[in-house]
Amino acid sequence: MGFLLVHALTGLAGASSLFLVASGLTVIFGVTRIVNFAHGSLTMLGAYVGWTVLTRLPRDPAWFALGVAGTAAALAALGALLEMGLLRRLYRSPELFQLLATFGVVLIVQDAALATWGPDDLTISRPPWLRAYVRIADERFPVYDLVLIAIGPAVLACLWLLFNRTRWGRLVRAATWDREMVGALGVDQRVLFTSVFALGAGLAGLAGALGLPAGSANLGIDLSVITEAFVVVVIGGLGSITGAYLASLLIGLLQAFGVVLIPKATLVLVFVVMAAVLVLRPNGLLGRGGAPTALAGTATPVRPPTRGMLLGWGLLLLAALAAPLVAGPYALSILTEAAVAVLFAASLHFVMGPGGMASFGHAAWFGIGAYAAGLSAQGLGVPMPGALLLAPLAAGVAAVLFGAFVVRLSGVYLAMLTLAFAQIVWAAAFQWVSVTGGDNGILGIWPPAWASGPAVVYLLALTLCAGGAAVLQRVLYSPFGYALRASRDSPLRAEAIGLDTRRIRLAAFAVAGAAAGLAGGVFTFVKGSVFPGFVSIPHSMDALVMVLLGGVQTMAGPVVGALAYTGLYDGLLRATAYWRLVLGAAIVLLVLAFPEGIAGAVQRRLRRA
Amino acid sequence: MTVLAVEGLRKSFGGVLAVDGVSFAVEPGEMLALIGPNGAGKTTCFNMVGGQLRPDAGSVRLAGRDIGGVSPRRICRLGVGRTFQVTATFASMTARENVQVAAVAHRRGTWRPWRSAADLERPAAEALLDQVGLAAQAERAAGVLAYGDLKRLELAMALAAEPRLLLMDEPTAGMAAGERVALMRLVRGIATGRGLAVLFTEHDMDVVFGVSDRIAVLARGALIASGAPEAIRADPQVRAIYLGDGRTGGERPASGGRDC
Ligand SMILES: Nc1ncnc2c1ncn2[C@@H]1O[C@H](COP(=O)(O)OP(=O)(O)OP(=O)(O)O)[C@@H](O)[C@H]1O
Ligand SMILES: [Mg+2]
Repeated sequence: MGFLLVHALTGLAGASSLFLVASGLTVIFGVTRIVNFAHGSLTMLGAYVGWTVLTRLPRDPAWFALGVAGTAAALAALGALLEMGLLRRLYRSPELFQLLATFGVVLIVQDAALATWGPDDLTISRPPWLRAYVRIADERFPVYDLVLIAIGPAVLACLWLLFNRTRWGRLVRAATWDREMVGALGVDQRVLFTSVFALGAGLAGLAGALGLPAGSANLGIDLSVITEAFVVVVIGGLGSITGAYLASLLIGLLQAFGVVLIPKATLVLVFVVMAAVLVLRPNGLLGRGGAPTALAGTATPVRPPTRGMLLGWGLLLLAALAAPLVAGPYALSILTEAAVAVLFAASLHFVMGPGGMASFGHAAWFGIGAYAAGLSAQGLGVPMPGALLLAPLAAGVAAVLFGAFVVRLSGVYLAMLTLAFAQIVWAAAFQWVSVTGGDNGILGIWPPAWASGPAVVYLLALTLCAGGAAVLQRVLYSPFGYALRASRDSPLRAEAIGLDTRRIRLAAFAVAGAAAGLAGGVFTFVKGSVFPGFVSIPHSMDALVMVLLGGVQTMAGPVVGALAYTGLYDGLLRATAYWRLVLGAAIVLLVLAFPEGIAGAVQRRLRRA
Repeated sequence: MTVLAVEGLRKSFGGVLAVDGVSFAVEPGEMLALIGPNGAGKTTCFNMVGGQLRPDAGSVRLAGRDIGGVSPRRICRLGVGRTFQVTATFASMTARENVQVAAVAHRRGTWRPWRSAADLERPAAEALLDQVGLAAQAERAAGVLAYGDLKRLELAMALAAEPRLLLMDEPTAGMAAGERVALMRLVRGIATGRGLAVLFTEHDMDVVFGVSDRIAVLARGALIASGAPEAIRADPQVRAIYLGDGRTGGERPASGGRDC
């Protein structure tokens, strides 16, 4: 009994921490409609700033509280700066570009934190009052956790009062419904949005600092926190603070008991619950309907390729085929990675552009393909061609099974569900050590003798990946491709002319999954190994960045984006240790300069000329 | 044989009874105008016939077969084409491609990932665009067409499926007065020529009285009159509730304010 109670209390304490982060995220989204990927980074900064502050203050409770409050205030100020300097310019951009910009901030903050605080985990020394315990039903329970338990509902109450009992809160709520109306009231909407962002960032800072006594300031906080916060916000319903609290309780308790029941699969458990909630309530527990759907912006007309464009593609392909004549082994290895990236990006573009389904977890299919190839080649001794056939097959089948849930949703919810699924696959790859080798991965998966050597590997990768991308292109100009775009442009009309939009979207999801799986399979033989990193959030983001860089609505976009990104990435990796910082800054600047992607901007130039 | 027979149709949204026991029927080659002031429940009726909404009660029979609550996709396959009050077209495609997609879907040609779509059903699509007066706009993206042209495009898309019943929700909104009559005369011709049954709603009384065979008048969800145009014009209840001061031609209904 006591055991259960203590676990429940631990769950409640965890729920409070989750809620602090998630409430900030949901408040920001509710008002500005921005999905702030950098929210985890703000939490991480809260932890680092908190560490800097708290280690310099006397170690009694009053000073601790003051230090935590100061940290929250500092992060609020930083949030305000971030909003004024960057996000304010993006409110009219498509939501995916806003998201991309905030992902650029994630990268920048990663390296800024690394440069400022170094790579080691930073902990604060815990004075006796922080180590105190109370006895609850014969178990020892930290007093600090009791404090945390109280903070959650306290913050919930404060937010409720703030939004319902103050003029500011009423204005903010009005702005959520109708931005023009607030402008008409003579209120400067920009100040309103900045203050909301500052509030959210302050809550993130609070969460980061309060997490210090039981944890540390480290460079992994950003992505782990943002994933959990997304899960909570999506389960609760985007924009709903009370929903976020309920979801925090659900996830907090689930984690606390999950550790006891199935210690190896807590992550999987959390995401399974999220998927279940979204299937039953597509807008989350307390979410309102009408979630944004046009994640990728308005559709522009797509023209079939002209003779000139086809000629251009042909020349590019010829040049690529001739590359081994001039390129050295290193250049060839980069080109090989670029070929894989092209197929990976093209497959995401397929679902995201013409399909209108922005997947945040596209690395899942890449990873499933990679593991299918790696496991079959090494565990079952399947020869390379067979393994390369199994890769798209496995990924395609998985995409069908999972896509059945995905195609019921749209917009941010769909994006979050795909992210969740990718995290399940990642967790499986990471935690199922006996099969996948866990963090060590699967090593020594090399091509057979006839296909070894950088030139042959390159040509093999080029053939399969360029071929795969060409197939995807061809499908887009087929009746099926038109039906897919029709389902995106107007589901209402598509159904009224007899198209089965769900089945069409599902088929597209499966095709894209299979193509990404092929890319993953090829990559396995290129690298000779498979790692959980293939399925990680950053890898999903790679695909997203490539597609958005190139432009979602142009068919050439993913190719341009993949080549540009691979080149940028490699150049940076060689030039500087702080490649994330530069890459992040480049992404932010590109988003500000080309809100419709590189290929999109070029295309418009050409049209105008 | 009666193409569409609706009996005791009912639908409420929350507390609002939008459609309250409505019955009507449309014969082949016949044009039935469903008219009524804003908010009378016309669109709700269309959506229940087209499958976009499930009726709370009552039956919808298409050529004798009950289609109440059946999905829009199946209803389309059974030979019902429609246009929407707020146009729904594929913005990223040209007008011609919009019609092609509809025609290809009708011929069950969608699931061919290998065939190039460029010339599929192209002559048919061009003929239809020509018929509705959009030939000059065929290569422009639907996303940039004027509102009246989008209405024409929807008509062409609906006709591409060779329907036996055509539902048109305010088909001439956004057009000049002369164009309205011309377009509906065109529909009149197709209806008579092919035996197509047409159910339409329209705020322009010239159009309504000019082309329809029969008129059904809806007010606050209930049918208050139905019959031949002359009878409706003379009906005192209709004059009182709907036509207000007795004007019959060219004017929008007295309570009307919204345009689309
Ligand atoms: N989805 C909905 N949810 C709630 N109420 C609705 C919905 N659709 C229609 N209504 C209500 O039902 C009633 C009938 O609406 P409907 O759109 O069918 O009228 P209408 O005759 O087409 O009007 P109009 O001439 O303005 O197009 C109105 O009171 C409307 O507010
Ligand atoms: Mg209507």
